[in-house]
Amino acid sequence: MYIIVAGGGKVGLGLAAELLQGNNEVLVLERDPARAAAMGEELGDSVMVGDGCETSTLDGAGVARADLVAAVTGDDEDNLVICEIARSRGVVRTIARINNPKNELLFKKRGIETTISATQAILAQIEQELPTHEMISLLKLHGGLELFEIKLPATSPVVGRAVREVLLPPESLIALVVDPGGSPRLPGGDSRLNGGDALVVVTHRESLDMLREALIGSTHGLDT
Amino acid sequence: MNVLIMGCGRLGAQIAGMLDEQGHRVTVMDTTPASFRRLRENFGGVTVLGNGMDAQALERAGVGEIEAFFAVTQGDNRNYFASQMAKQVYQVPRVLCRIYDPGREKIFRELGLETFSPTSMGARVMVNMLLGAPQEAS
Repeated sequence: MYIIVAGGGKVGLGLAAELLQGNNEVLVLERDPARAAAMGEELGDSVMVGDGCETSTLDGAGVARADLVAAVTGDDEDNLVICEIARSRGVVRTIARINNPKNELLFKKRGIETTISATQAILAQIEQELPTHEMISLLKLHGGLELFEIKLPATSPVVGRAVREVLLPPESLIALVVDPGGSPRLPGGDSRLNGGDALVVVTHRESLDMLREALIGSTHGLDT
Repeated sequence: MNVLIMGCGRLGAQIAGMLDEQGHRVTVMDTTPASFRRLRENFGGVTVLGNGMDAQALERAGVGEIEAFFAVTQGDNRNYFASQMAKQVYQVPRVLCRIYDPGREKIFRELGLETFSPTSMGARVMVNMLLGAPQEAS
């Protein structure tokens, strides 16, 4: 599949890294050249500097042959416009991130398939502000899979371990590791995990308790 | 006519003044209070502080009772978003939308919005100023 991800924030980067591992052709569009260059170190050729709201950028990205366009910037009006342009170029599947749950109605009226529900968005916003919640839902993917951000506490049983030693639930994957300084890296099997690392993990929602047990440990309450 | 204008920049303030002068009921909304200084001195309409992309703000500005909505902020995407809100959520009969980018303007027009691109129009006018208006093919 050829997938265009518009917006190279945390969601866009995590999504792209996961999709690349699934052997998809992926192109991330990021407006900020510095941010795009930093991402290029992780994602190689799969990053292009440009504003996804510009028709010329999307055309230059070959939007007409894209199977899917995911608009995941932090601005709902931009995400709406990106989806509209993509659809005008014949893209059938567009997915928008909705930052303000109140805007979901308009996206629905415009017929844009969204995968982030209002409730989830609110929950994620609350969770981001409460350090006690270590697992934040970032995005729903296909087939029941979901993208989570998990901050490793210093007491995590996997601190100091290599990625290959971590016993993850079935069909789960550590897609990205962001160190406490904010630098992202694609984890290999030998990558060591440290306290304070933020992991972007793909898993099934049903496996969440198992994932929490594996990455955070059982001393924390099961409150999701 | 009962009209709501989102964005009290140069264009928004001018539209507001002209319609007010002609006796229409005009409400202007903007996110910064200082913008309302652009309105003419004896402006008889209403000003509302708020973001036109926000449903609550639109309702405060009386979007339910208007016959026409103008989206004339500096942001093309904001204008598009608010126009679709007015049209699709509040069923405003006439929605007019300024879009600077001619590429986007074409797409939004094809999606059924009444759009206006000062870029395309300005370019045409200035080229005509230099070369004279093209002869109509009759």
